[in-house]
Amino acid sequence: MNRQRAAWLFLAPALLVLGVFFILPVIAALGLSLTDYDLYALADIHNLRFVGLHNYWALLHRPLFWSALGNTFYFVAVGVPLSIAASLVAALLLNSPLARIRPFFRTVLFAPVVTTVVAVAVIWRYLFNTRYGLVNYGLAEIGIHPIDWLGDPHWAMPTIIAFAVWKNFGYNMIIIMAGLQAIPPDLYEAARIDGASAPRQFWHITLPLLRPTMMLVVILTVAGYFQLFAEPYVMTEGGPLQSTVSVLYLMYQDGFKWWNLGTASAVAFMLFLIIFAVTTLLLRLARRGEHPAGKRT
Amino acid sequence: MNRRRSPADRPSRLRRWWLVLLLAGTCGGLSACSHPTPDRHTLTFWAMGNEGEAVAQLIPGFEHAHPDIHVTLQQLPWKEAHQKLLTAYAGDTTPDIAQLGNTWIAELAALHALRPLQPYVAHSRVVQPDDYFTGIWATNRIDGILYGIPWYVDTRLLFYRKDLLKAAGFDVPPRSWAEWSRQMAALKARDTPGHFPILLPTNEFEQLLSLALQQDAPLLRDGGRYGNFESPGFKRALAFYVGIFRQREAPLLSNTEVANPWLEVGRGVYAFYLSGPWNIGEFRRRLPAAQQGDWSTAPLPGPDGPGAGIASGSSLVIFRRSRHQAQAWQLIEYLSLPAVQRKFYELVGDMPPRRSSWQGGTLRSDPDVQAFREQLERVRPTPAVPEWERIVTGMQLVAARAAHGELTVDQAAAEIDRRADAILAKRRWMLDHHRGPQP
Amino acid sequence: MNPRLAKVLINGSLSALAAAALLPLLWMLSVSFMAPGEASALPPPLLPAHATLHNYRELFAHAGMGRYLLNSLLISSAITALALASNLMAGYAFAKLRFAGRERLFQALIGALVIPAQVAMLPLFLLLKTIGLVNSYAGVIVPGMATIFGIYLVRQYARGVPDELLEAARIDGASELRIFGQIVLPLLKPIMVTLAIFTFLAAWNDFMWPLIVLTGQEHYTLPLALASLARDHVQDSELMMAGSVVTVLPVLLLFLALQRYYLQGLLLGSVKG
Repeated sequence: MNRQRAAWLFLAPALLVLGVFFILPVIAALGLSLTDYDLYALADIHNLRFVGLHNYWALLHRPLFWSALGNTFYFVAVGVPLSIAASLVAALLLNSPLARIRPFFRTVLFAPVVTTVVAVAVIWRYLFNTRYGLVNYGLAEIGIHPIDWLGDPHWAMPTIIAFAVWKNFGYNMIIIMAGLQAIPPDLYEAARIDGASAPRQFWHITLPLLRPTMMLVVILTVAGYFQLFAEPYVMTEGGPLQSTVSVLYLMYQDGFKWWNLGTASAVAFMLFLIIFAVTTLLLRLARRGEHPAGKRT
Repeated sequence: MNRRRSPADRPSRLRRWWLVLLLAGTCGGLSACSHPTPDRHTLTFWAMGNEGEAVAQLIPGFEHAHPDIHVTLQQLPWKEAHQKLLTAYAGDTTPDIAQLGNTWIAELAALHALRPLQPYVAHSRVVQPDDYFTGIWATNRIDGILYGIPWYVDTRLLFYRKDLLKAAGFDVPPRSWAEWSRQMAALKARDTPGHFPILLPTNEFEQLLSLALQQDAPLLRDGGRYGNFESPGFKRALAFYVGIFRQREAPLLSNTEVANPWLEVGRGVYAFYLSGPWNIGEFRRRLPAAQQGDWSTAPLPGPDGPGAGIASGSSLVIFRRSRHQAQAWQLIEYLSLPAVQRKFYELVGDMPPRRSSWQGGTLRSDPDVQAFREQLERVRPTPAVPEWERIVTGMQLVAARAAHGELTVDQAAAEIDRRADAILAKRRWMLDHHRGPQP
Repeated sequence: MNPRLAKVLINGSLSALAAAALLPLLWMLSVSFMAPGEASALPPPLLPAHATLHNYRELFAHAGMGRYLLNSLLISSAITALALASNLMAGYAFAKLRFAGRERLFQALIGALVIPAQVAMLPLFLLLKTIGLVNSYAGVIVPGMATIFGIYLVRQYARGVPDELLEAARIDGASELRIFGQIVLPLLKPIMVTLAIFTFLAAWNDFMWPLIVLTGQEHYTLPLALASLARDHVQDSELMMAGSVVTVLPVLLLFLALQRYYLQGLLLGSVKG
C-alpha cells in the first residue's frame, strides 16, 4: 500500500541515523567491553584479546571505580533533592498571586539553564577561588575563615553540587509551575472556607496533587545527574584527590585519555545498568504510592 | 483550507523540501568539504603551550626561506597535549610534524606513528648528532631507531626569592635536602598566615619525579615489566616530598587553583617554586621592574649535595601518515639552526639542545640560565616504556593522597607499584609472546 | 498572615533568588571588561576601574575566537536544520501514518531513551574513524541528525492534526509528500520553532562529544575552545570571562527572543504521553 511505503520513507532518515550512529554503536559497545581493546590493539588488531567478563570483574576490584561510583551517588543523592527543593520553592513563589512582575522573574530564574555549562563552570571556578574569590571574601566579611572550595576533597563535591543546583533548578521550576497551575483553584477555595491555613493547604492539596509531576521531575533529574561530566572536567579536572571523578569522567579518562576502550565500555555499561536500575526502582515506588485512578505512563 | 493551493506554487515548495532531503542525504560527503584538500605543501604543525605561542613568530622566517611551503600552526595546551596526540593517532588525524615531550616518544614509536629520522639526519648539513647533548639525544632513540630531533631541553629546578631567603638568614640557595629543609623551616617560622615556603602543585608529577630520579634505584624493574616504587630510594624521595606538605611548608593546592604563580611569588606568598625554564620569561614579563632583582634560579638540591633532575624537553617528530615528510624535515632543520634556536630562547626561555646554539647571544651571559646549564649536566631520562605517562600520572595521584595524609609513605609506595604493575600487564603479555612493543 | 507582609516576603524572596541566578552572569560581564590581572586582587573588585575591550580584542585577534564562533554557528545550524527535517518527518509518520509495527517501533525508541548517549561514544568514534569523519564538522553533525526526543516531541504535537484534513487531501489525490509539505508542515510551525531552539541550544552547549571527535583546534566549537583556554590560561581570569561572555551571550539572546516557544517545548517534552 502506498501509504505504508510513504510512512517508511518518512521514517527512513531518522531511523537510519539512529540505527547507524546510536543503536549499532551501543551493541558494539557491549562487544567491545568483552575485549581488551587498547592502544596496542589500535596499532595492530592482532594484539586484541577476547577477555570475557574480565573487564567487569576487574572494575569491581578497582578502588577508583567504587570511589567514582560513590562520588556520583553523592552528587545524585544530595544534588537531586536540593535541586528539586529549589525548583519547588521558586515555582511556589512565582505561582503565588501576590508575586509581581512574574514574567521577569521567570526569565531571570530560568536564564542559568540555557547557559553553556563550560562557560559558567569557568565563572564559578573564579567565584570560588580560595584567595581572590568573591564567595570567600563575602564569608570573611561575616567572620568565616576562607574555605578551599575546589581544593579541599571534602568541599569540592559540595561546590559542584551548588553549581548544579544553580544551573538546573530553573528547568524543573517551569515543569512544577505547570503542575501547580493544573490544580483546580476551587479546591483551595473550599479549603479556605473550611478554615485551613496556608501550610495545611500546601500539605493536603498542593503536595498530593503535585505528586505525579514531582515523580516525573525526580526521575528526569536523577537520570540526568548520573551523567555528571562537564562540571568536574572544567572545575576540578576530577581532583582534588579524585574526589570529583564521576563514573562518566572515569569512562572518558579510560577511553579517550588512555585509550583502553574495553575497560571504558565496561564502565559505560555499568553506568547504564545503574541508571536503569535506579529509575526503574523510582518508577515502581511512584506507582505503588499512586492513586488507583492515577495516570499511568 | 490550504489543501487547495494553486498548482503553480506546488513545485517550488516541493523543490525546497527536496533540497532539505538532499542535504540530509549528502551530509556524509560533508567531511570532504570540511577538509580542505591539502595544498601542494601545507604543513600542519602541532606545538604546545608557550612553545606554540613563541614558534608562531619563527614561522614567517621559515616561510620566507621556503615560499612553496605554508605552515598551519596549532597550539595545544600542555595539559591536553598527550591526550590530543593519542586521539589524533586513534582517529588517523595526526599532523605532519609535531613537538613531542621526549617522554612520549617511546609511546608513539610503539604505536608505529612516527617516521624514523636516521635517513634524513645522514644527509643533513644542519642536524649534526655530535653537537647535541648526549643524554638528550639518547632519549630520542628507541631500540636503536631515531624518532625525534631534540628541540629544546628542560629540567626542573628552584626559582627562589633572594630577599626572603636573606631575611631568613641564608645567603645562598640550598645544595642538599638537609639545607633545603632547614631553609624551609626557617621561612615557615617567620611566616605570615597564608604564606608558604614553597609551591608544589599537587597535580604536577615533575616535582616528585625529579626527586625520585636523584636516587640510584631505577623506577621500573625487569625490563620495564614491573614497577619499582617500593625501593628504598623512591620511598626516601616520597617521604621527603610528603614531609614538605605534612609540615605545612607547601599548600595542598593543585595548579588549577593557583591563578598566577608568578605574581604570588612576587608577593611573597611562596619563596621557592619548583618549575621549569620557561618561567624565566614569565617572571621577567609579569613582575614589575623593581622586583626583578629579587628572584633567581638554583639547581635542584640533591639528597647529599647538588642532585640530578629530569631530562625532559621536547623533540620535533614527523608522523608516518604525513604526506609532506620532506617538507616537514625542512621545517625541523630550520628550527634546529643555532641562530633560530637562540631566537627561540629569547622568545620563550627554552634552552637549546645543541652546544653550538649556546655559544652566543644572551645564553652565554644570562646568570639565571647558569643554574639550568649546570643541572643539565646531571639530567637523567625516565623509563622508555609506552605506558610511562600513565604510570607517572598514577604515581602523582597516589602521592597527592599521601600528601593529604590519607596514606603513609609505605602504603603509597605499595599502591603506586600495584597500579604500575596493572598498567604494565599488557606489556608483559606482549613481551612474553614475543610481540614486543613494536608491532 | 498580614497580606502586605506576605507580599513583601514573597517578592523579597523572589528578588533574592533572581539575584542569586543573575549575579554570577553579571560578574562575568563586569570582569570581562577589566584590565589583565585586575580581578585577582583583594578586595575583589566588582566593577572595572577603567572598562576596556582589551580582552575581547585579545580573544579575537590572537586566540582565534572568531573562528570558534563561526564553527559553533555552523555546526549548531547544520545540526538544527538536519535534525529538524528528519525528526519532523519521523514524528509525523509516528503520529499520523498507519503502518505495520508502528506502536512497537515507537515503544522501542522510547525504551532506547534510557540508554545514556555516552554508551555509544566509544564505538561511534571507531565507526567515524573508519569512514574518515574524525576531526571534521561532519563528525559532530552526523550523530546529531536525528534525536529520539525530537521525534517524540513532534509526534506529541502532530497527533493534534485532524485526520479529516489529511483524508480529504488524499481523496483529492494528493501524494503523501505533498500532504506533508503543504498541509502538515504549516500546522507544525510552532513545534518547528520549539524544536529548532531546543536543538540549536543543545548543539551549541554540547561538550563531551565534540571534545572527543574534534582533535584539531581548527574545528573547535566555543565550549571546547573555552575549556582548552581554561587549562593553559588559568591565570588570565579577565580573558576567560570575556570568552565566557562570547560563549553564553548568543544562546541567552536567542532564548530571550524565543522563550515562549522554548518553555512550551519543555512542557510538551516532559509531560508523559
